[in-house]
Amino acid sequence: MKELICIVCPKGCHLKVDEEQGYAVTGNACPRGAEYGRVELTHPTRVLTSTVKCVGGSHPRCPVKTDAPIPKELMFQAANALDGIEIHAPVHVGDVVLADVCGTGVNIVATKDDPGQG
Amino acid sequence: MYDLIVIGGGPAGLAAACEAWENGLEHILIVERDKELGGILNQCVHNGFGLHYFKEELTGPEYAGRFIKLLRSTGVEVRLDTMVLEVTADRRVCMVGKDTGYRVEEARAVILAMGCRERTRGAIAIPGTRPAGVFTAGAAQRYVNMEGWLPGKRVVILGSGDIGLIMARRMTLEGAKVLACVEVMPYSGGLNRNIVQCLQDYDIPLYLSHTVTEIRGKDRVEQVVVSQVDERRRPIPGTEMIFDCDTLLLSVGLIPENELTRQAGIRMDRRTNGAIVYENMETSLPGVFACGNVCHVHDLVDFVTAESQRAGRAAAEFAKGGVADGGGVLEVNTGDGVSYTVPQLIRPERVDKAVDLFFRVNRVCGDSEILVTSGQTQIAKFSREHLAPGEMEHIVLPRVLLDRAQGEITVSIREVEK
Repeated sequence: MKELICIVCPKGCHLKVDEEQGYAVTGNACPRGAEYGRVELTHPTRVLTSTVKCVGGSHPRCPVKTDAPIPKELMFQAANALDGIEIHAPVHVGDVVLADVCGTGVNIVATKDDPGQG
Repeated sequence: MYDLIVIGGGPAGLAAACEAWENGLEHILIVERDKELGGILNQCVHNGFGLHYFKEELTGPEYAGRFIKLLRSTGVEVRLDTMVLEVTADRRVCMVGKDTGYRVEEARAVILAMGCRERTRGAIAIPGTRPAGVFTAGAAQRYVNMEGWLPGKRVVILGSGDIGLIMARRMTLEGAKVLACVEVMPYSGGLNRNIVQCLQDYDIPLYLSHTVTEIRGKDRVEQVVVSQVDERRRPIPGTEMIFDCDTLLLSVGLIPENELTRQAGIRMDRRTNGAIVYENMETSLPGVFACGNVCHVHDLVDFVTAESQRAGRAAAEFAKGGVADGGGVLEVNTGDGVSYTVPQLIRPERVDKAVDLFFRVNRVCGDSEILVTSGQTQIAKFSREHLAPGEMEHIVLPRVLLDRAQGEITVSIREVEK
Protein backbone atom coordinates (compact mmCIF):
# COMPACT_ATOMS: atom_id res chain seq x y z
CA MET A 1 0.00 0.00 0.00
CA LYS A 2 1.40 3.36 -1.03
CA GLU A 3 0.14 6.80 -0.03
CA LEU A 4 0.17 9.65 -2.54
CA ILE A 5 -1.17 13.16 -2.88
CA CYS A 6 -3.07 13.51 -6.11
CA ILE A 7 -1.78 16.30 -8.35
CA VAL A 8 -4.53 16.16 -10.98
CA CYS A 9 -6.40 19.13 -9.53
CA PRO A 10 -5.89 21.68 -6.75
CA LYS A 11 -7.97 19.65 -4.32
CA GLY A 12 -4.96 17.41 -3.58
CA CYS A 13 -6.76 14.20 -2.53
CA HIS A 14 -4.86 11.85 -0.21
CA LEU A 15 -4.75 8.62 -2.23
CA LYS A 16 -3.96 5.08 -1.15
CA VAL A 17 -2.81 2.77 -3.92
CA ASP A 18 -2.65 -1.00 -3.41
CA GLU A 19 0.08 -2.40 -5.67
CA GLU A 20 -0.95 -5.96 -4.85
CA GLN A 21 -4.58 -5.44 -5.86
CA GLY A 22 -3.98 -4.26 -9.42
CA TYR A 23 -3.15 -0.72 -8.28
CA ALA A 24 -6.61 -0.22 -6.80
CA VAL A 25 -6.95 3.41 -5.64
CA THR A 26 -8.94 4.66 -2.66
CA GLY A 27 -9.32 8.19 -1.27
CA ASN A 28 -9.85 9.69 -4.73
CA ALA A 29 -12.78 12.07 -5.26
CA CYS A 30 -12.96 11.53 -9.02
CA PRO A 31 -11.99 8.96 -11.70
CA ARG A 32 -8.98 11.03 -12.74
CA GLY A 33 -7.51 10.41 -9.28
CA ALA A 34 -7.76 6.64 -9.75
CA GLU A 35 -6.01 6.97 -13.09
CA TYR A 36 -3.32 9.20 -11.59
CA GLY A 37 -2.68 6.77 -8.71
CA ARG A 38 -2.23 3.83 -11.06
CA VAL A 39 -0.06 5.70 -13.59
CA GLU A 40 2.06 7.37 -10.88
CA LEU A 41 3.15 3.98 -9.52
CA THR A 42 3.61 2.25 -12.89
CA HIS A 43 4.98 4.86 -15.32
CA PRO A 44 4.67 8.40 -13.90
CA THR A 45 4.11 11.21 -16.40
CA ARG A 46 4.06 15.02 -16.33
CA VAL A 47 3.21 17.87 -18.67
CA LEU A 48 6.30 20.00 -19.38
CA THR A 49 5.82 23.75 -19.72
CA SER A 50 8.59 26.11 -20.76
CA THR A 51 9.36 28.92 -23.21
CA VAL A 52 11.25 29.29 -26.50
CA LYS A 53 12.88 32.27 -28.16
CA CYS A 54 10.43 34.23 -30.31
CA VAL A 55 11.98 36.36 -33.06
CA GLY A 56 9.98 39.48 -33.89
CA GLY A 57 7.50 38.79 -31.10
CA SER A 58 5.97 41.29 -28.71
CA HIS A 59 7.98 39.51 -25.99
CA PRO A 60 11.41 37.83 -26.31
CA ARG A 61 9.96 34.44 -25.24
CA CYS A 62 6.89 32.46 -26.27
CA PRO A 63 5.37 30.03 -23.73
CA VAL A 64 5.05 26.37 -24.80
CA LYS A 65 3.88 23.00 -23.40
CA THR A 66 3.84 19.34 -24.29
CA ASP A 67 0.43 18.62 -25.80
CA ALA A 68 0.22 15.44 -23.68
CA PRO A 69 2.00 14.19 -20.55
CA ILE A 70 5.48 12.73 -21.13
CA PRO A 71 7.39 10.21 -18.97
CA LYS A 72 8.59 11.96 -15.82
CA GLU A 73 12.18 10.81 -16.30
CA LEU A 74 12.33 12.65 -19.65
CA MET A 75 11.51 16.10 -18.19
CA PHE A 76 15.10 17.40 -18.24
CA GLN A 77 15.85 15.84 -21.62
CA ALA A 78 12.73 17.44 -23.11
CA ALA A 79 13.55 20.81 -21.51
CA ASN A 80 17.06 20.62 -22.98
CA ALA A 81 15.63 19.81 -26.42
CA LEU A 82 14.05 23.28 -26.41
CA ASP A 83 17.45 24.96 -26.01
CA GLY A 84 18.34 26.85 -29.19
CA ILE A 85 14.89 26.60 -30.75
CA GLU A 86 13.72 29.83 -32.35
CA ILE A 87 10.27 30.56 -33.64
CA HIS A 88 9.11 33.57 -35.61
CA ALA A 89 6.08 35.77 -34.96
CA PRO A 90 3.23 35.65 -35.77
CA VAL A 91 2.60 32.66 -33.51
CA HIS A 92 -0.76 31.04 -32.75
CA VAL A 93 -1.85 28.88 -29.82
CA GLY A 94 -1.32 25.24 -30.80
CA ASP A 95 1.44 25.87 -33.39
CA VAL A 96 3.91 22.95 -33.20
CA VAL A 97 7.25 24.22 -31.98
CA LEU A 98 8.98 20.81 -31.77
CA ALA A 99 7.43 17.59 -33.06
CA ASP A 100 7.87 14.19 -31.38
CA VAL A 101 10.00 15.45 -28.48
CA CYS A 102 12.56 12.82 -27.34
CA GLY A 103 10.80 10.17 -29.40
CA THR A 104 7.70 10.27 -27.21
CA GLY A 105 5.29 11.01 -30.06
CA VAL A 106 4.27 14.12 -28.10
CA ASN A 107 4.54 17.57 -29.67
CA ILE A 108 5.62 20.80 -28.00
CA VAL A 109 3.14 23.51 -28.91
CA ALA A 110 2.83 27.27 -28.40
CA THR A 111 0.40 28.35 -25.64
CA LYS A 112 0.08 32.04 -26.51
CA ASP A 113 -0.79 34.06 -29.59
CA ASP A 114 1.90 36.55 -30.52
CA PRO A 115 0.91 38.73 -33.49
CA GLY A 116 4.41 40.23 -33.57
CA GLN A 117 5.68 43.74 -32.84
CA GLY A 118 3.89 46.87 -33.95
CA MET B 1 -20.44 58.54 -20.50
CA TYR B 2 -19.65 54.84 -20.23
CA ASP B 3 -22.08 52.32 -18.78
CA LEU B 4 -19.14 50.61 -17.09
CA ILE B 5 -15.43 51.21 -16.64
CA VAL B 6 -13.37 48.17 -15.57
CA ILE B 7 -10.00 48.98 -14.02
CA GLY B 8 -7.55 46.18 -14.83
CA GLY B 9 -7.43 43.78 -17.79
CA GLY B 10 -6.34 40.61 -15.99
CA PRO B 11 -8.57 37.58 -15.43
CA ALA B 12 -10.92 39.50 -13.11
CA GLY B 13 -11.39 42.47 -15.43
CA LEU B 14 -11.79 40.30 -18.52
CA ALA B 15 -14.47 38.08 -16.98
CA ALA B 16 -16.32 41.05 -15.46
CA ALA B 17 -16.37 43.01 -18.74
CA CYS B 18 -17.50 39.99 -20.81
CA GLU B 19 -20.29 39.23 -18.34
CA ALA B 20 -21.48 42.86 -18.23
CA TRP B 21 -21.62 42.83 -22.04
CA GLU B 22 -23.61 39.58 -21.97
CA ASN B 23 -26.00 41.28 -19.56
CA GLY B 24 -26.79 44.09 -21.96
CA LEU B 25 -24.29 46.89 -21.37
CA GLU B 26 -22.98 48.40 -24.61
CA HIS B 27 -20.51 51.08 -23.58
CA ILE B 28 -17.84 49.30 -21.59
CA LEU B 29 -14.20 50.35 -21.21
CA ILE B 30 -11.34 48.26 -19.82
CA VAL B 31 -8.34 50.30 -18.67
CA GLU B 32 -5.09 48.29 -18.48
CA ARG B 33 -1.68 49.66 -17.53
CA ASP B 34 0.33 46.94 -19.29
CA LYS B 35 0.81 46.73 -23.06
CA GLU B 36 -1.43 43.67 -23.33
CA LEU B 37 -4.46 42.07 -21.68
CA GLY B 38 -4.24 38.96 -19.50
CA GLY B 39 -2.50 40.30 -16.41
CA ILE B 40 -0.29 38.00 -14.39
CA LEU B 41 -1.56 34.92 -16.28
CA ASN B 42 0.78 35.88 -19.12
CA GLN B 43 3.80 34.94 -17.01
CA CYS B 44 2.22 31.84 -15.43
CA VAL B 45 3.31 29.50 -18.23
CA HIS B 46 2.70 26.37 -16.11
CA ASN B 47 -0.46 24.31 -16.42
CA GLY B 48 -3.26 23.61 -13.95
CA PHE B 49 -5.58 26.51 -14.75
CA GLY B 50 -9.21 26.08 -15.79
CA LEU B 51 -10.04 22.66 -14.35
CA HIS B 52 -13.18 24.06 -12.71
CA TYR B 53 -14.26 26.58 -15.32
CA PHE B 54 -13.24 25.00 -18.63
CA LYS B 55 -13.04 21.38 -17.32
CA GLU B 56 -9.61 21.04 -18.86
CA GLU B 57 -6.06 21.77 -17.83
CA LEU B 58 -4.73 24.96 -19.40
CA THR B 59 -1.61 27.08 -18.97
CA GLY B 60 -1.96 30.68 -17.77
CA PRO B 61 -1.58 32.26 -21.23
CA GLU B 62 -4.11 29.79 -22.67
CA TYR B 63 -6.64 30.62 -19.92
CA ALA B 64 -6.21 34.37 -20.53
CA GLY B 65 -6.31 33.76 -24.29
CA ARG B 66 -9.77 32.18 -24.06
CA PHE B 67 -11.16 35.30 -22.40
CA ILE B 68 -9.29 37.71 -24.69
CA LYS B 69 -10.83 35.91 -27.66
CA LEU B 70 -14.27 36.13 -26.06
CA LEU B 71 -13.74 39.83 -25.38
CA ARG B 72 -12.80 40.45 -29.03
CA SER B 73 -16.21 39.08 -30.06
CA THR B 74 -17.86 41.86 -28.01
CA GLY B 75 -17.86 45.63 -28.44
CA VAL B 76 -15.91 46.23 -25.24
CA GLU B 77 -13.36 49.04 -25.68
CA VAL B 78 -9.84 48.51 -24.33
CA ARG B 79 -7.23 51.15 -23.47
CA LEU B 80 -3.77 49.64 -23.00
CA ASP B 81 -0.70 51.39 -21.58
CA THR B 82 -3.10 53.45 -19.50
CA MET B 83 -2.86 54.01 -15.76
CA VAL B 84 -5.82 55.00 -13.63
CA LEU B 85 -4.82 57.75 -11.20
CA GLU B 86 -8.06 58.27 -9.30
CA VAL B 87 -11.63 57.07 -9.00
CA THR B 88 -14.01 59.61 -7.46
CA ALA B 89 -17.10 58.94 -5.38
CA ASP B 90 -19.30 60.10 -8.29
CA ARG B 91 -17.62 57.51 -10.56
CA ARG B 92 -15.33 59.70 -12.60
CA VAL B 93 -12.17 57.82 -13.55
CA CYS B 94 -9.00 59.87 -14.09
CA MET B 95 -6.39 58.13 -16.23
CA VAL B 96 -3.22 58.83 -18.16
CA GLY B 97 -2.33 56.84 -21.28
CA LYS B 98 0.55 56.58 -23.70
CA ASP B 99 -1.56 57.51 -26.71
CA THR B 100 -4.52 59.29 -25.14
CA GLY B 101 -2.82 61.50 -22.55
CA TYR B 102 -4.74 62.58 -19.46
CA ARG B 103 -8.45 61.83 -19.61
CA VAL B 104 -11.35 61.88 -17.20
CA GLU B 105 -14.15 59.46 -18.10
CA GLU B 106 -17.51 59.14 -16.39
CA ALA B 107 -19.28 55.85 -15.84
CA ARG B 108 -22.60 54.61 -14.48
CA ALA B 109 -20.73 51.76 -12.76
CA VAL B 110 -17.09 50.97 -12.00
CA ILE B 111 -15.44 47.60 -11.38
CA LEU B 112 -12.16 47.55 -9.47
CA ALA B 113 -10.07 44.63 -10.78
CA MET B 114 -6.51 45.78 -10.10
CA GLY B 115 -5.23 42.51 -8.65
CA CYS B 116 -2.47 42.27 -6.08
CA ARG B 117 1.27 42.57 -5.70
CA GLU B 118 3.92 40.68 -3.82
CA ARG B 119 5.21 41.31 -0.34
CA THR B 120 8.87 42.32 -0.52
CA ARG B 121 11.98 41.95 1.60
CA GLY B 122 11.23 45.33 3.18
CA ALA B 123 7.82 44.13 4.31
CA ILE B 124 9.30 41.19 6.23
CA ALA B 125 12.49 42.90 7.39
CA ILE B 126 15.19 40.23 6.90
CA PRO B 127 18.46 41.31 8.56
CA GLY B 128 21.73 41.38 6.64
CA THR B 129 23.40 43.20 3.79
CA ARG B 130 21.68 44.61 0.72
CA PRO B 131 23.23 42.74 -2.22
CA ALA B 132 21.72 42.04 -5.65
CA GLY B 133 20.06 38.66 -6.01
CA VAL B 134 17.02 39.05 -3.76
CA PHE B 135 13.87 38.83 -5.88
CA THR B 136 10.21 38.27 -5.29
CA ALA B 137 9.19 34.96 -6.88
CA GLY B 138 6.82 36.71 -9.27
CA ALA B 139 9.55 39.09 -10.47
CA ALA B 140 11.82 36.10 -11.12
CA GLN B 141 8.92 34.42 -12.95
CA ARG B 142 8.63 37.42 -15.24
CA TYR B 143 12.39 37.46 -15.94
CA VAL B 144 12.45 33.73 -16.77
CA ASN B 145 9.16 33.30 -18.62
CA MET B 146 8.75 36.60 -20.47
CA GLU B 147 12.10 38.35 -20.68
CA GLY B 148 14.26 35.24 -21.06
CA TRP B 149 16.73 35.79 -18.20
CA LEU B 150 17.69 33.28 -15.53
CA PRO B 151 18.12 35.39 -12.38
CA GLY B 152 20.50 33.00 -10.60
CA LYS B 153 22.16 29.59 -10.49
CA ARG B 154 21.99 28.55 -6.81
CA VAL B 155 18.70 29.46 -5.25
CA VAL B 156 17.03 29.44 -1.84
CA ILE B 157 13.31 30.16 -1.68
CA LEU B 158 11.76 31.79 1.37
CA GLY B 159 8.05 31.09 1.75
CA SER B 160 6.08 28.19 0.34
CA GLY B 161 3.42 30.16 -1.50
CA ASP B 162 2.38 28.70 -4.83
CA ILE B 163 4.47 31.12 -6.92
CA GLY B 164 7.59 30.17 -4.97
CA LEU B 165 6.90 26.46 -5.44
CA ILE B 166 6.22 26.91 -9.15
CA MET B 167 9.47 28.87 -9.50
CA ALA B 168 11.43 26.13 -7.67
CA ARG B 169 10.47 23.73 -10.48
CA ARG B 170 10.86 26.31 -13.23
CA MET B 171 14.37 27.39 -12.18
CA THR B 172 15.39 23.73 -11.78
CA LEU B 173 14.24 22.84 -15.29
CA GLU B 174 16.16 25.86 -16.62
CA GLY B 175 19.38 24.57 -15.07
CA ALA B 176 19.53 26.32 -11.70
CA LYS B 177 20.06 24.41 -8.44
CA VAL B 178 17.31 25.07 -5.91
CA LEU B 179 18.83 24.24 -2.53
CA ALA B 180 15.85 24.62 -0.23
CA CYS B 181 12.40 26.02 0.28
CA VAL B 182 12.02 27.55 3.74
CA GLU B 183 8.65 28.18 5.42
CA VAL B 184 8.21 29.96 8.75
CA MET B 185 4.85 28.32 9.46
CA PRO B 186 4.54 24.65 10.46
CA TYR B 187 2.54 24.03 7.25
CA SER B 188 2.93 25.07 3.63
CA GLY B 189 1.20 28.17 2.30
CA GLY B 190 0.83 26.58 -1.13
CA LEU B 191 -1.33 23.85 -2.58
CA ASN B 192 -0.43 20.25 -1.73
CA ARG B 193 -0.17 19.34 -5.40
CA ASN B 194 2.56 21.95 -5.84
CA ILE B 195 4.56 20.53 -2.92
CA VAL B 196 4.46 17.19 -4.74
CA GLN B 197 5.02 18.19 -8.34
CA CYS B 198 7.36 21.15 -7.80
CA LEU B 199 9.45 20.15 -4.76
CA GLN B 200 9.25 16.37 -4.27
CA ASP B 201 9.58 15.62 -8.01
CA TYR B 202 12.94 17.41 -7.97
CA ASP B 203 14.12 16.38 -4.47
CA ILE B 204 14.03 19.96 -3.19
CA PRO B 205 13.85 19.94 0.63
CA LEU B 206 11.06 21.88 2.36
CA TYR B 207 12.02 23.20 5.79
CA LEU B 208 8.84 23.96 7.76
CA SER B 209 9.08 26.16 10.90
CA HIS B 210 12.29 27.70 9.53
CA THR B 211 13.11 31.16 8.24
CA VAL B 212 15.95 33.18 6.71
CA THR B 213 17.66 35.06 9.54
CA GLU B 214 20.49 36.68 7.59
CA ILE B 215 21.42 37.55 4.02
CA ARG B 216 25.17 37.75 3.38
CA GLY B 217 27.08 39.14 0.40
CA LYS B 218 28.60 42.43 -0.75
CA ASP B 219 27.56 43.00 -4.36
CA ARG B 220 25.67 39.76 -4.91
CA VAL B 221 24.04 37.33 -2.49
CA GLU B 222 26.73 34.88 -1.32
CA GLN B 223 25.05 33.07 1.56
CA VAL B 224 21.80 32.97 3.43
CA VAL B 225 21.43 31.79 7.01
CA VAL B 226 18.35 29.70 7.82
CA SER B 227 17.22 29.07 11.39
CA GLN B 228 14.49 26.99 12.96
CA VAL B 229 11.75 28.99 14.71
CA ASP B 230 9.77 28.23 17.85
CA GLU B 231 5.97 28.14 18.07
CA ARG B 232 5.95 31.94 18.36
CA ARG B 233 8.03 32.18 15.17
CA ARG B 234 11.15 33.39 16.98
CA PRO B 235 14.47 32.02 15.61
CA ILE B 236 16.05 29.39 17.86
CA PRO B 237 19.78 30.12 18.46
CA GLY B 238 22.06 27.24 17.56
CA THR B 239 19.87 25.91 14.73
CA GLU B 240 21.52 27.97 11.98
CA MET B 241 22.15 26.35 8.58
CA ILE B 242 24.24 28.20 6.00
CA PHE B 243 23.45 27.91 2.30
CA ASP B 244 25.96 29.05 -0.33
CA CYS B 245 23.75 30.63 -2.96
CA ASP B 246 23.56 33.59 -5.33
CA THR B 247 19.81 34.11 -5.23
CA LEU B 248 17.02 34.36 -2.68
CA LEU B 249 13.45 34.24 -3.96
CA LEU B 250 10.66 35.54 -1.72
CA SER B 251 7.23 33.96 -1.86
CA VAL B 252 5.87 35.46 1.32
CA GLY B 253 2.40 36.61 0.47
CA LEU B 254 0.37 38.84 -1.78
CA ILE B 255 -1.21 42.19 -0.97
CA PRO B 256 -4.31 43.43 -2.81
CA GLU B 257 -3.45 46.64 -4.65
CA ASN B 258 -5.99 49.09 -3.27
CA GLU B 259 -4.57 52.60 -3.50
CA LEU B 260 -7.45 53.67 -5.76
CA THR B 261 -9.99 52.02 -3.48
CA ARG B 262 -8.71 53.79 -0.35
CA GLN B 263 -8.43 57.09 -2.16
CA ALA B 264 -12.09 56.81 -3.17
CA GLY B 265 -13.01 56.50 0.52
CA ILE B 266 -14.33 52.94 0.16
CA ARG B 267 -14.59 50.96 3.41
CA MET B 268 -11.77 48.42 3.71
CA ASP B 269 -11.44 45.10 5.54
CA ARG B 270 -8.18 44.79 7.50
CA ARG B 271 -8.39 41.00 7.29
CA THR B 272 -8.50 40.75 3.48
CA ASN B 273 -6.73 44.05 2.75
CA GLY B 274 -9.51 44.52 0.21
CA ALA B 275 -12.77 46.42 0.10
CA ILE B 276 -15.68 45.26 2.24
CA VAL B 277 -18.18 43.87 -0.26
CA TYR B 278 -21.83 42.86 -0.36
CA GLU B 279 -23.15 39.58 -1.80
CA ASN B 280 -22.92 40.99 -5.37
CA MET B 281 -19.35 42.32 -4.91
CA GLU B 282 -20.55 45.92 -4.51
CA THR B 283 -18.39 48.07 -2.22
CA SER B 284 -19.55 50.68 0.28
CA LEU B 285 -19.67 53.14 -2.64
CA PRO B 286 -22.88 52.45 -4.61
CA GLY B 287 -22.15 51.41 -8.20
CA VAL B 288 -18.51 50.58 -7.48
CA PHE B 289 -17.70 46.85 -7.39
CA ALA B 290 -14.51 44.89 -6.60
CA CYS B 291 -13.55 41.39 -7.73
CA GLY B 292 -10.59 39.06 -8.01
CA ASN B 293 -7.34 39.46 -6.09
CA VAL B 294 -7.95 43.15 -5.37
CA CYS B 295 -10.80 42.01 -3.13
CA HIS B 296 -9.13 38.99 -1.52
CA VAL B 297 -6.22 36.82 -2.67
CA HIS B 298 -7.40 33.66 -4.43
CA ASP B 299 -5.56 30.36 -5.00
CA LEU B 300 -7.36 29.53 -8.23
CA VAL B 301 -8.11 31.74 -11.20
CA ASP B 302 -11.28 29.74 -11.83
CA PHE B 303 -12.78 31.25 -8.67
CA VAL B 304 -11.60 34.72 -9.73
CA THR B 305 -13.55 34.24 -12.95
CA ALA B 306 -16.74 33.16 -11.18
CA GLU B 307 -16.52 36.03 -8.67
CA SER B 308 -15.85 38.57 -11.43
CA GLN B 309 -18.80 37.34 -13.44
CA ARG B 310 -20.98 38.02 -10.39
CA ALA B 311 -19.55 41.54 -10.22
CA GLY B 312 -20.12 42.00 -13.96
CA ARG B 313 -23.77 40.97 -13.70
CA ALA B 314 -24.36 43.20 -10.68
CA ALA B 315 -22.66 46.18 -12.36
CA ALA B 316 -24.84 45.68 -15.44
CA GLU B 317 -27.96 45.65 -13.29
CA PHE B 318 -26.84 48.80 -11.47
CA ALA B 319 -25.94 50.67 -14.67
CA LYS B 320 -29.34 49.85 -16.15
CA GLY B 321 -30.94 51.36 -13.04
CA GLY B 322 -32.67 48.15 -12.05
CA VAL B 323 -31.68 48.04 -8.40
CA ALA B 324 -34.22 48.84 -5.70
CA ASP B 325 -32.98 50.24 -2.41
CA GLY B 326 -33.96 48.94 0.98
CA GLY B 327 -33.97 45.65 2.79
CA GLY B 328 -31.88 44.55 5.72
CA VAL B 329 -28.17 43.82 5.86
CA LEU B 330 -26.60 40.78 7.50
CA GLU B 331 -23.09 41.20 8.80
CA VAL B 332 -20.92 38.11 8.29
CA ASN B 333 -18.71 37.60 11.35
CA THR B 334 -15.66 35.38 11.63
CA GLY B 335 -15.86 32.86 14.46
CA ASP B 336 -13.32 30.38 15.79
CA GLY B 337 -10.84 29.18 13.17
CA VAL B 338 -11.93 31.56 10.40
CA SER B 339 -9.64 34.41 9.34
CA TYR B 340 -11.92 36.24 6.90
CA THR B 341 -15.02 35.90 4.75
CA VAL B 342 -16.05 37.35 1.38
CA PRO B 343 -18.65 38.78 1.17
CA GLN B 344 -18.56 40.52 4.54
CA LEU B 345 -22.13 41.84 4.16
CA ILE B 346 -25.24 40.16 2.73
CA ARG B 347 -28.53 41.80 1.74
CA PRO B 348 -30.84 38.76 1.79
CA GLU B 349 -33.44 40.52 -0.36
CA ARG B 350 -30.88 40.89 -3.15
CA VAL B 351 -30.03 37.18 -3.04
CA ASP B 352 -31.75 35.32 -5.82
CA LYS B 353 -31.41 31.65 -4.80
CA ALA B 354 -28.23 31.38 -2.78
CA VAL B 355 -25.08 33.26 -1.86
CA ASP B 356 -21.54 31.94 -2.38
CA LEU B 357 -19.47 32.55 0.73
CA PHE B 358 -15.67 32.28 0.54
CA PHE B 359 -13.34 32.15 3.52
CA ARG B 360 -10.00 30.96 4.82
CA VAL B 361 -9.25 29.05 8.00
CA ASN B 362 -6.41 30.18 10.28
CA ARG B 363 -4.96 26.73 11.04
CA VAL B 364 -4.73 23.25 9.55
CA CYS B 365 -7.69 21.08 10.61
CA GLY B 366 -8.59 17.44 10.02
CA ASP B 367 -12.20 16.23 9.97
CA SER B 368 -14.19 19.37 10.68
CA GLU B 369 -17.56 21.01 10.61
CA ILE B 370 -18.13 24.47 9.19
CA LEU B 371 -20.86 26.04 11.33
CA VAL B 372 -23.00 28.99 10.34
CA THR B 373 -24.86 30.49 13.30
CA SER B 374 -26.97 33.54 13.97
CA GLY B 375 -27.15 34.45 17.65
CA GLN B 376 -27.67 31.12 19.41
CA THR B 377 -29.23 29.45 16.38
CA GLN B 378 -27.33 27.20 14.03
CA ILE B 379 -28.57 27.79 10.50
CA ALA B 380 -26.22 25.58 8.47
CA LYS B 381 -23.49 22.97 8.88
CA PHE B 382 -21.00 21.61 6.33
CA SER B 383 -18.50 18.76 6.72
CA ARG B 384 -14.91 18.81 5.47
CA GLU B 385 -12.23 16.13 5.73
CA HIS B 386 -9.41 18.62 5.59
CA LEU B 387 -9.01 22.39 5.95
CA ALA B 388 -5.85 24.46 5.47
CA PRO B 389 -5.07 28.19 5.37
CA GLY B 390 -3.52 27.77 1.93
CA GLU B 391 -6.78 26.51 0.47
CA MET B 392 -9.73 28.86 0.15
CA GLU B 393 -13.01 27.35 1.33
CA HIS B 394 -16.39 27.88 -0.25
CA ILE B 395 -19.92 27.25 1.03
CA VAL B 396 -23.27 27.99 -0.56
CA LEU B 397 -25.98 29.49 1.68
CA PRO B 398 -29.51 29.24 0.25
CA ARG B 399 -31.78 32.29 0.61
CA VAL B 400 -34.20 30.34 2.81
CA LEU B 401 -31.47 29.84 5.41
CA LEU B 402 -30.43 33.51 5.30
CA ASP B 403 -34.03 34.52 6.00
CA ARG B 404 -33.73 32.78 9.38
CA ALA B 405 -30.78 34.92 10.45
CA GLN B 406 -31.12 37.96 12.71
CA GLY B 407 -28.79 40.86 11.86
CA GLU B 408 -25.65 38.78 11.58
CA ILE B 409 -24.28 35.35 10.83
CA THR B 410 -21.07 33.87 12.18
CA VAL B 411 -18.94 31.31 10.35
CA SER B 412 -16.74 29.11 12.54
CA ILE B 413 -14.85 25.82 12.44
CA ARG B 414 -15.21 22.91 14.86
CA GLU B 415 -12.86 19.97 14.63
CA VAL B 416 -14.61 16.62 14.99
CA GLU B 417 -13.16 14.02 17.35
CA LYS B 418 -12.76 10.70 15.58
